[in-house]
Amino acid sequence: MTDPVSSSEIDKSFFNELTREKGMDKILLCFNCNGCSTGCPMKDIESKFDIKKYIRMAGLGMKDRILNDEYLWYCTTCYKCQERCPEGVLNVDTLLRMRTMAVHEGIMLEPHREVAHFVIDTGHAVPINDSNRKKRLELGLTEVPPTVHMYPEAYEQVRKLLKACEFDTLTQKE
Amino acid sequence: MSTETEKQGKPQSLSLFLGCVAPNRYPGIELASRKVMKDLGVDLHELEGASCCPAPGVFKSFDKTTWLTMASRNVVLSEQMGMDLLTICNGCYGSLGEANLTLMHDPDYKAKVNEKLGEVGLEYKGNAKVRHIIEFLEKDVGPDTIKEKVTVPLDGIKVAVHYGCHLIRPSKEKEGLGSAENPRFFDVLVDATGAKSVDYEEKMMCCGAGGGARSAFLETTLKMTEKKLAILQKDEFDCIVDACPFCHLQFDSGQVQLNKEGKDYHIPVLHYSQLLGLAFGYTPQELGIQMNMTTNSAFEEKVLALQQKAKEA
Ligand code: SF4
Ligand code: SF4
Repeated sequence: MTDPVSSSEIDKSFFNELTREKGMDKILLCFNCNGCSTGCPMKDIESKFDIKKYIRMAGLGMKDRILNDEYLWYCTTCYKCQERCPEGVLNVDTLLRMRTMAVHEGIMLEPHREVAHFVIDTGHAVPINDSNRKKRLELGLTEVPPTVHMYPEAYEQVRKLLKACEFDTLTQKE
Repeated sequence: MSTETEKQGKPQSLSLFLGCVAPNRYPGIELASRKVMKDLGVDLHELEGASCCPAPGVFKSFDKTTWLTMASRNVVLSEQMGMDLLTICNGCYGSLGEANLTLMHDPDYKAKVNEKLGEVGLEYKGNAKVRHIIEFLEKDVGPDTIKEKVTVPLDGIKVAVHYGCHLIRPSKEKEGLGSAENPRFFDVLVDATGAKSVDYEEKMMCCGAGGGARSAFLETTLKMTEKKLAILQKDEFDCIVDACPFCHLQFDSGQVQLNKEGKDYHIPVLHYSQLLGLAFGYTPQELGIQMNMTTNSAFEEKVLALQQKAKEA
């Protein structure tokens, strides 16, 4: 069960920051109908994850509870909830924006940090490996695909862009 | 761009965006896509030096400007070729498609992204579309043209179509695909091969992998995956046909994972390009289907028998 909300948890500046992004203020239109949560396949298998709860907490500006909650990362982004909301709340987009706010506070799960680093180091989130080099050759394909894997100057471009976005600092390992 | 050229009767040209999972984990999907598009008279051009789309679950969850910048670079490569971009993955389609629409309609983000791109001498203009192989085949090629090219009708193959999420949702970003709750356009393409797409419970459910959930909480996501697998095994489907290498990975490797825990799943998983390849007469070997982690010899024999029969006829 969720603990009752205490007024000290309400952080107006968090709400203001969240709703700086277009469309996010629609969370205020939520009238608690539960339509979003009812269609959610993740809630079906993990009842602790409840999309409606995040939308309501966001409207109240409950920064700490939201950003430190590991379940914030359970959504598969299937968008069923967002399709169903009668008020046009951007459920998934809002949840993703709250994830970015967590990451900018240094809160990030280790496996996600690893994926980020695959991209920083290779340009691919899932880079080629030995067994797939072999499979490609067996199929008559080039050993590596004609992506950043084949063109070092293209990878260099990606690396520079990630640096320009300060993505390397954002996802830095401790 | 593509529909224009089609009307003029010229071959259609698109850039091929490979992404990560297809070329680096399921190269059979890449190969099958290249083969069937060539047979259908669609010219695919290499999008040299493309990167990760980037992965929507992680990048969009980390930093919006980084996500848009990485995605826009891939779109710009296609713009420079004067072509629309073809994806063979729902994740890539979702990520690139949404980024492209955002930049087309939001001048602030466009300016921000172009400032970054400028540092490597690139500029996003917004004149290339992002396409997905399924919606492209349905809208621009059409099931009738596909039927004409089928040399091995896949009679008697009972298919469970898995649309996946980002092919159809968010529906406000997808043009002309009909209902997002009960779509038909993918089923129609499966039926064009002679196989039969049969409806099943939980057909529109997510595979479980998206949003970074697979990498962080594999076991939980497999509970979602197994819901679908259990239904398909019980109802004796011959195979799952998907449109996304990431869903493909979740279903294919997921069965191996679940079997380690005492389950017994052996449902063949095919990307639509591979199913179409079979109907065009390529053997399962030639399409890399046997390179899946979950193999099923009964399915392979069934297909080879159909191919043998077609040869004799
Ligand atoms: S997008 Fe996320 S929260 Fe919404 S229904 Fe899907 S899994 Fe649930
Ligand atoms: S469907 Fe919309 S209005 Fe209903 S509870 Fe969810 S967010 Fe609120």
